[in-house]
Amino acid sequence: MLDRIISEAPRFFTYYNMVFLLEAMGRTLLMTLIGVSLGFVLGFMLDFARRTPGRAWLPLRLAATLYVETFRRIPFLVILFIVLFAIQGFRFSVSLFGVAMIAICVISSAFCAEIIRAGFDSIHQTQWDTAAVMNFGRLQTLRHVVLPQAWRVILPPAFAFMVMFIKDTALASQLGVVELTFAGKVLSTRGFSAILVFGTVLVLYFVLSYPLSRLGGWLERRLAPSRGR
Amino acid sequence: MPHLAVADLTATYPGTDKPVLENVSLEVAKGEIVSLIGPSGSGKSTLLRVLVGLLPPTSGSVRIDGEAIDYTSRRSLKSARDRLAIVFQQYNLFQNMTALGNVTIAPIRIKGWRRPEVEADAARLLAKVGLADKHASYPDQLSGGQQQRVAIARALALKPEILLLDEVTSALDPELVGEVLDTIRVLAADGMTMLIVSHEMGFVREVSSRVVMMDQGSIVETGPPAQVFDAPVTARAREFVSRILRH
Repeated sequence: MLDRIISEAPRFFTYYNMVFLLEAMGRTLLMTLIGVSLGFVLGFMLDFARRTPGRAWLPLRLAATLYVETFRRIPFLVILFIVLFAIQGFRFSVSLFGVAMIAICVISSAFCAEIIRAGFDSIHQTQWDTAAVMNFGRLQTLRHVVLPQAWRVILPPAFAFMVMFIKDTALASQLGVVELTFAGKVLSTRGFSAILVFGTVLVLYFVLSYPLSRLGGWLERRLAPSRGR
Repeated sequence: MPHLAVADLTATYPGTDKPVLENVSLEVAKGEIVSLIGPSGSGKSTLLRVLVGLLPPTSGSVRIDGEAIDYTSRRSLKSARDRLAIVFQQYNLFQNMTALGNVTIAPIRIKGWRRPEVEADAARLLAKVGLADKHASYPDQLSGGQQQRVAIARALALKPEILLLDEVTSALDPELVGEVLDTIRVLAADGMTMLIVSHEMGFVREVSSRVVMMDQGSIVETGPPAQVFDAPVTARAREFVSRILRH
């Protein structure tokens, strides 16, 4: 088998095939980065909505909670199809890439809301109180006191989630989005051996996710330096 | 005119019926040190929390230099918080900042004072509380007593007129209590108006000009330390004093 792969390699590693794979890889990265980043921002808003006080905000609180609790529990593939058919049902014209992106936002906002909730919950109410009696406003407390401490709790799972999601975007191939896994399938149906094709795809997934993990580690050290005694 | 005047103050925790403070009235003159004593749950700490606006009062009034605080008005509360500072039992330092950062953040970011002056002042305050060499230490690198002294320096950096101390030594190991009490003695000598909640009866007796005993949300006895400790007037005060003096 190995000699077959070796003999096939020159035909496989052509400029055209590589551009095809790298473009697909770019799409995978883009879907993940944009989807999870938007999800992160939406997650903040969801968490904010869940923390609104008083009876007047109850509907917003309930809606946000329902959203988070629902979409954390539905498989990504199912969300993909729901988004696809909803968009088709309303006759919007959105590209398949757009559909995948919306689905990623839906899921990642729900997950990020939970990650952010845990981060904020890790900051004791007394830190808010202390800042309040020193005349910090809520946003000033958030910026100077709470967020710098919450990053330590938020960042590791947020990056773990993003790296995990790089892999989950493979499911978008089910819709026909030409991302990394789909590109592998295409090349494999063109007659290249599956081991060679998906071996290369494997390496590319690693190339995508490893730097992201490192970036997460770097951000963690920068934003939330740990100080042992 | 008293520096701080509390009249008929009543407060209830949200969602409960029974008031945690009931018709509390007391006055603190400028430069006076008044100590609040009493059993746990008697409302001493709650009184301080109400004064700084962490728990809104249901009725009654609080005046600083005769000026009433309206706890429902942001502006009034803000100006009250400019004049009052509180130090908490659990120090509550900002964990993401050094000792110097904790002391300087509010003067620089909230008050908008100039950094060089604020830092010079902070250095002076940290030296005053005996932490001149700990500027760059984070809270988790400091002992409880050191953290509490940073918290006191942080409160003083805002140049308050009245300092509220909420059981500042009760979370500390016995050998660290002395250093914090020494710091408070220095402040007392400077003529700072203070309202202190404390379980350190020896200390209370030594520094207070007046002692206020509370029980179940009300004041049961007020007087000079000698009177409250040695010859309490009310039965409830006698019972409490006899209990604490037995230890």
